[in-house]
Amino acid sequence: MTDAPRPYPGYDVLAKWDTPSWDAITREVVAHRLDRVPERRFFEPAEWETLAALCDTVLPQPDRERPIPLAPFVDAAMAEDRTTGTRWAALPTMREAWRRGLAAIDAEARAVYGRRFHALPADARESLLRAIDDEDVRAPEWRDLPPRRLFRHVLANEIVRIYYAHPDAWSEIGFGGPASPRGYVRLSANRRDAWEADLERPKRRSERRK
Amino acid sequence: MTRGIPDVRATEGRAPDVFSRDGWVPMRSHRDGEDVDFAIVGTGAGGGVMAAKLAEAGFSVVAFDAGPFFRPLADFASEEREQDKLYWTDERISDGRDPIELGSNNSGRAVGGSTVHFQMVALRFRPEWFLARSALGYGRDWPVDWREMWRAYDEVEDALKIAGPVRYPWGPRRGRYPYRPHEVNASGLVLARGAEALGVGWAPCPIATLSAPRGRAPPCVYRGFCKIGCSTNAKQSILNTYIPRALAAGAEVRDLAMVARIETDASGRATGLHYHRGGEWRFQQTRNVVVAGYSIETPRLLLNSAGPAHRHGLANAEGLVGRELMVHVNDAVWGTMEDEIRWYKGPPSMAVTEHWNYEDRKDFHGGYAIMSQGPLPTDFATSMVGNLGAFGMDLRRRMAGYNHMAGLKIVGEVMPDPENRVTLSDETDALGLPVPRITFGYGENDRAIGRHARGFMSEMLRAAGATDLFETTGTAHLMGGCPMGFSPQDSVVDADGRAWSCDNLWICDGSVMPTGGGVNPSLTIMANSARIGHRIRALAARGELARAA
Repeated sequence: MTDAPRPYPGYDVLAKWDTPSWDAITREVVAHRLDRVPERRFFEPAEWETLAALCDTVLPQPDRERPIPLAPFVDAAMAEDRTTGTRWAALPTMREAWRRGLAAIDAEARAVYGRRFHALPADARESLLRAIDDEDVRAPEWRDLPPRRLFRHVLANEIVRIYYAHPDAWSEIGFGGPASPRGYVRLSANRRDAWEADLERPKRRSERRK
Repeated sequence: MTRGIPDVRATEGRAPDVFSRDGWVPMRSHRDGEDVDFAIVGTGAGGGVMAAKLAEAGFSVVAFDAGPFFRPLADFASEEREQDKLYWTDERISDGRDPIELGSNNSGRAVGGSTVHFQMVALRFRPEWFLARSALGYGRDWPVDWREMWRAYDEVEDALKIAGPVRYPWGPRRGRYPYRPHEVNASGLVLARGAEALGVGWAPCPIATLSAPRGRAPPCVYRGFCKIGCSTNAKQSILNTYIPRALAAGAEVRDLAMVARIETDASGRATGLHYHRGGEWRFQQTRNVVVAGYSIETPRLLLNSAGPAHRHGLANAEGLVGRELMVHVNDAVWGTMEDEIRWYKGPPSMAVTEHWNYEDRKDFHGGYAIMSQGPLPTDFATSMVGNLGAFGMDLRRRMAGYNHMAGLKIVGEVMPDPENRVTLSDETDALGLPVPRITFGYGENDRAIGRHARGFMSEMLRAAGATDLFETTGTAHLMGGCPMGFSPQDSVVDADGRAWSCDNLWICDGSVMPTGGGVNPSLTIMANSARIGHRIRALAARGELARAA
């Protein structure tokens, strides 16, 4: 596994929390995301083990002391039946697609490595998902499930949407984050407003929100 | 979801004041049993414009929307996941050779419709496209003269105070845009450099966000979250333009009101709407019905409205309802720039080239516009997952280059094909309504457009200095499904938007578009709806319309 990218060490998007770049509803929504990680409600314990390992393979975070929680938000979306609006005809409904998908991934791990998915080392999990994405599968649990469609457009899609909606991911990629109502004035290349972080030069980590 | 979807707000004689955090405006209210002149289904680009036009003409109007009535200042967060509340997320079945992504990709669910999350690109059809079949040899002709549409474009561009250049480089000469153009951001200037290097024109994109104050709406602050709802009201959506106009003129808007079926009598005329609101089924009487639910919900409603004189669904005697569904080819090329671009600053598409819409020396029918890009993080990340299969540290490394990325994306014309269609599946949703099935597959010409565009955009990006290029494919927008045409045999509605087989039923949304063109459809939907509104007014003046007592 390669190292985690750190293009903007010291940049913390939350430093703008108490500025005109963050309006009340954005503070409320993000605070909720940070402070209230949902409890497991939908998946069974064994499914949860596979889900957590899947999240950790789709977006590994060995560099973080406190990883961005992913599995709890997938579980919450299932519990609330929070669908995306697209049911691919080749797949069952969202909840069933996740349940059968996790079971198929776990079965594939047993078929290839003789162990459950969450018990595999990180590189084996990654190559297993790569094979699934290439539709190179052998476990009978796949039956009529199209592996690539399921992996890319349902499973990984949701996990990635959760990760990049978290402020720590915004800081990681240097995204300016919420900007309402103040917005920006300088729009041209290599220019920044006084209230934008100087991303190219490392800075001391600013105090996180209280 | 923390805030999520508000409860019913437009009721008891008042509706939300969209320019306030918690205020109200007065609203005329009708009883279910009261005969109104017009019941309108949907309040987006088609229905919202129609509600204002008809109310301003003195008709009594009730406009229904399945979605909530938001106040942008208080309800819209700068956070992608929370803003999923803007989309139609009920599961629809996406089928066919090239199944299309629905939900956030093309389907809004709010008072104001998809314009609440549109990217504000406001381009007109090329005049020749209204005679695509007879002048250019593909698709269908529109039963409408292009000059009539261009007068309607003038009207809606002024209603939205479109900000654009003094002289737009393509198409017939015309006046300047109502508001001055915005400064083009770094992402847009990448498009400009590429276009100039290849010798094609470019322009600051005409967009529906204010470049100067207007009434109670401030100018755009370039926060860049346009696609998930503008929290300052600078964006000129239907929600903060035509809806306040409609309310002020006496229209009633019913939010969170899902219309399930149009009732018809033995003679085949529409008599009212069955709708679900506040946990119960209700029935609104009306003299006329206008449907504006967009290209999936409009056919779904008609197909679910069979009656004694409409055995296969309303206005579906020829089996045309739901057919010729179109999307736009939305292929893109992305690359890394030496410069820090920070494409999230400013509206996502601030520069455009319509070169291939107006150049006919090419080996495919139709055309495409190219626009600069500025996707928010999850939007960009999921497109790399879906297209490249990127995940793991590979995805995190790619996303680490976010601030140095630039991209070009097309809105490319898709040919009408009767096999691309909306039907009703035998599954039902939570209200017991049939779940729609959307069947879509590209034709050879559609694929040729994507190939041509990806090649041309790669050249542009390389010429602008981008490296490590990669391509993505996808679709945007919906059009067609209830085409407007010349006879009951070739179309669902006539040039006035009136159903051939039901003379008090009208359609005024994107579903009536006979062709899709190579530009974003919202401005054309609005203009066509305004035009149909004028036609209804003219018919009423001639006594050719049923009026409420």
